[in-house]
Amino acid sequence: MSEIRQIYAGDLIASPHAHGGGSVGLTMRRVMFALTPATLFGLWLYGWPAINLFLITIASCLLFELLSQRLMGQRPTLGDGSALLTGWLLALTMPPWAPWWTGVVGGFIAIVVGKQVFGGLGQNLFNPAMVARVALLVSFPVVMTQWVAPQPLTAAASPSFVEGMRITLTSPAVPDAIASASLLGHAKTEMSRGIDLVHAFAAPTAPATSSVGMRTGSLGEGAALLLLAGGLYLLFAGVIGWQTPLAVLAGIALPAAIAHSVDPAHYLGVADHLLSGAAILGAFYIATDYVTSPNTAIGQLLFGLGVGLFTWIIRTWGGYPEGMAFAVLLMNALTPVIDRYVKPRILGRRRDGRELEPVQS
Amino acid sequence: MLAATLSLTLLGALLGLLLGIAGRFFAVEVNPLNAEIEALMPGTNCGQCGFPGCAGAVSAIIEGAAPPTCCPPGGKAVATAVAAKLGLALDLSDVADKGPQIAVVTEEICIGCCRCLKVCPTDAIVGAAKQIHNVLREACTGCEACVDRCPTEALTMHPVPVTLQHWVWPKPVFA
Amino acid sequence: MGFMERFIGKVGSHWGVHPSDHKRPAADAPVRKMPMPARLYVPLLQHIGAAARPIVLVGQKVAKGQAIAEPQGMVSATIHAPTSGTVSAIGEIVAPHPSGLPMLAITIDADGEDRWIAPDAPGALPSCADPFALDPMEIGKRVAKAGVVGMGGAAFPSAVKLTGSLRAKISTLIVNGGECEPYLSCDDRLMRDRAADIVDGIRIALHATGAKEALVGIEDNKPEAIAAMQKAAAGIPAVTVRPVPARYPMGSEKQLILVLTGREVPAMGRPSDIGILVHNVGTLVAIRAAIRFGQPLISRLVTLNGGAMRAPGNLEVPIGALADAVIAFANGLKEEPARLLMGGPMMGMQLPDARVPIVKGTSGILALTAAEAAERQPEPCIRCGSCVKACPVGLLPLEMSRRIASADYDGAVDFGLKDCVACGCCAYICPARIPLVQYFNHAKGELSARERTKLRAEATKKLVVARAERIEREAREKAEAAARRKAERDAAKKAAAEAAAANPQPTTEEAES
Repeated sequence: MSEIRQIYAGDLIASPHAHGGGSVGLTMRRVMFALTPATLFGLWLYGWPAINLFLITIASCLLFELLSQRLMGQRPTLGDGSALLTGWLLALTMPPWAPWWTGVVGGFIAIVVGKQVFGGLGQNLFNPAMVARVALLVSFPVVMTQWVAPQPLTAAASPSFVEGMRITLTSPAVPDAIASASLLGHAKTEMSRGIDLVHAFAAPTAPATSSVGMRTGSLGEGAALLLLAGGLYLLFAGVIGWQTPLAVLAGIALPAAIAHSVDPAHYLGVADHLLSGAAILGAFYIATDYVTSPNTAIGQLLFGLGVGLFTWIIRTWGGYPEGMAFAVLLMNALTPVIDRYVKPRILGRRRDGRELEPVQS
Repeated sequence: MLAATLSLTLLGALLGLLLGIAGRFFAVEVNPLNAEIEALMPGTNCGQCGFPGCAGAVSAIIEGAAPPTCCPPGGKAVATAVAAKLGLALDLSDVADKGPQIAVVTEEICIGCCRCLKVCPTDAIVGAAKQIHNVLREACTGCEACVDRCPTEALTMHPVPVTLQHWVWPKPVFA
Repeated sequence: MGFMERFIGKVGSHWGVHPSDHKRPAADAPVRKMPMPARLYVPLLQHIGAAARPIVLVGQKVAKGQAIAEPQGMVSATIHAPTSGTVSAIGEIVAPHPSGLPMLAITIDADGEDRWIAPDAPGALPSCADPFALDPMEIGKRVAKAGVVGMGGAAFPSAVKLTGSLRAKISTLIVNGGECEPYLSCDDRLMRDRAADIVDGIRIALHATGAKEALVGIEDNKPEAIAAMQKAAAGIPAVTVRPVPARYPMGSEKQLILVLTGREVPAMGRPSDIGILVHNVGTLVAIRAAIRFGQPLISRLVTLNGGAMRAPGNLEVPIGALADAVIAFANGLKEEPARLLMGGPMMGMQLPDARVPIVKGTSGILALTAAEAAERQPEPCIRCGSCVKACPVGLLPLEMSRRIASADYDGAVDFGLKDCVACGCCAYICPARIPLVQYFNHAKGELSARERTKLRAEATKKLVVARAERIEREAREKAEAAARRKAERDAAKKAAAEAAAANPQPTTEEAES
């Protein structure tokens, strides 16, 4: 007769005993893979200072994650790639020649204030990269709006490695030949001076508006098409759903199309909106952040629409030329509300939660 | 400037008055909670808390004279439920949650004196003079009133045995 | 369905998961019959409901098919001796349950003769040449006496289902040949080898329930079974074989009903609420054996599979055989398994030990290697929502587990905990490897415990009140008895005084003077 044995909680393993094979690290790596082409393009476009800033931002995110987890007595989880990805996305939204301390402060705000203070991975309410970007923008407006014209790494005018170090570490005044305005920035300043868009972009001081990316902007702005390709990869790999990106782009494109057709002189067109600023980056990589977006498909559609609309509204009528970061934060605040009211219908129940009626056929 | 100061002062005074009126008219009355809290208690009036019965303990908790953890047979479950109902702070550090326990008679030592069955609040002990006594498992609430009465220490408390039907999966713990 | 539902339907329903099959080569190996072991341990609780009560004594000789335990209450089942022999013990054995707790079982030492109970012995089940002439209630009674329970794993007493269906009007019988769990193939083999018997069982069940039609749902990863069943059902218009997409948990009755008929079972309700009854193919074969041949449920097909099993395949095993004896007959294990399971990998139970008996609901014994068994190093939830997409019932596992982690069980119930079928799709797909099903089972257990505590507290209060009344009654009776005695004493005194007055005796004083 078998002796009766008590199994202790350590031995108990609950079903299911099979697993689909995914992991948090794998998901993060897929996103990084999707970002790589656009990032390499951006780093090439802006040269050594951009490379320095990129590396400093990522290193600072990793360092602050390690420090805060140690301080909280937790086992460091740098290997899951979440801090790295946050730093990567933050770097892509920064002005390419920003000084080193913006990367460090941004990393601190993103990881410590935006994530660890809430309880770590999965607990934050707001997108950490966007929290950092908005904090930097509001605190250091001059530095964060200092754009440069593209200085491809291979061109003669590009700073050398040493020069790049100097620019990143000492942040000298940018020569006029290199300083430039981004498309959205130029549109906003000209409109505030009373010059309508048609004249603004016809003028010789207008910035380059190439659609293949040779344009002024943040690190991730130029390679809009490469970002789109990465985003489509994420879609087909099942990392993101189609609801959020489509809704974000629609939320920007629809009002832009309507407004531009009514008054082209005062409202930018759809292509300008979608290819400028963080539109593609936000649609595919930032608004799709799992932790801060709704759980359900319908919820994600609403969330994406909100992000797109807010972005267009802030770009058109707000004080800032670029609205994606603010729009994402505003919709992050609404995510719990969306999740509360938009739930899937449970099988066997009506939408309001009551059981279905028994029906004899 | 005078206009600004006057208008803001008037506004403040008006809003303060409104708040006071609202506080008077919309004040929430304290509901008689006693009956609700009593429903959460074990209900055996065993007296281990030191108050006259469960009703006495409930009054003391509501007044604040006793913490929600004052009921030993209730353990953590009752303490948590009562604290949640009343919105009180809960310090579970000294609640020895032995889990539900029942009294068991060691038959070799029982002398049949009947002292224990007279004090059992639920009549869970069956026996007669000079006959071996026994505890009905389903009726025993673990109040321990009988343990001290037994002259031969035949009564001891044991945890309720877990059966297959009542076993519960433990909550997952992360390393 | 409203516009919203149609839109969501177009957007695509992602319910369920697609684990790799692992069914072949076990499914293709022919069925072997295990010889009767020397000793059988037959548990008293092999079904949903109350445990059966033994009706034999230790030392008693029993015949094969003889009833050894009778049902207790409305939802219970009869237990029969799987072979002839002597009852050597009625006591506790290790239950085939992850807790390793004990359960009661009847131990039978086989005498080697394997002698069936005589047809004219009291309690023997009658055979029947024409089941279609029997009254449906009589069919239900015989199925009850044969101890037939659901063979798909749930083990619900089939007679209760059949007789209950006569009250609710059943229009459709759904035959569950889904077998969506990976590794298992006992239903597959049954459909391939005994399709005619299954169809016969279906027709008997149609007669017993009054249903008009039977739909046989078989997953399309079993083409041979589909072909065999179609051949057996050809020419019987009431029985239609319908292949369904292979997706876990297609074999779950609510999903199968949804896919085959497009209708939903109301939450907290049963399929009979919408005129449908679901039976596993194995159950129908057992019903047929009980009605046609008077044979109770004493053996079943069990799949032995897994990377650590030397010869995966299907075996016909007597109820009560120990799992390690079954594995030994199947040529044993190649290596020490990382996990030993009873059932499939998605909902199966981890066995504490291989020395536990096969019961009526055991569909398989799996010996998984470390590579096959999911290792678990949970990470924090990243709220990716994969679990929401995978849940076949439409719940929000991430929200429920978050509530349960902070002991907010009522919050979890608000998110639909009571509708969870514990299929395991959410935990299967979770990239953070969170043990979601353990959270839900824990919460369901805590809620049941809470209910029980509440009932216990109410009963206790009644006992306390009853005791107070008893004491008061005893005091009252004591007072009445004392008053009565006093009244008697007074009356006696009064009578004595009257007698003394009527008959004066000389006092001592007068006598002295």
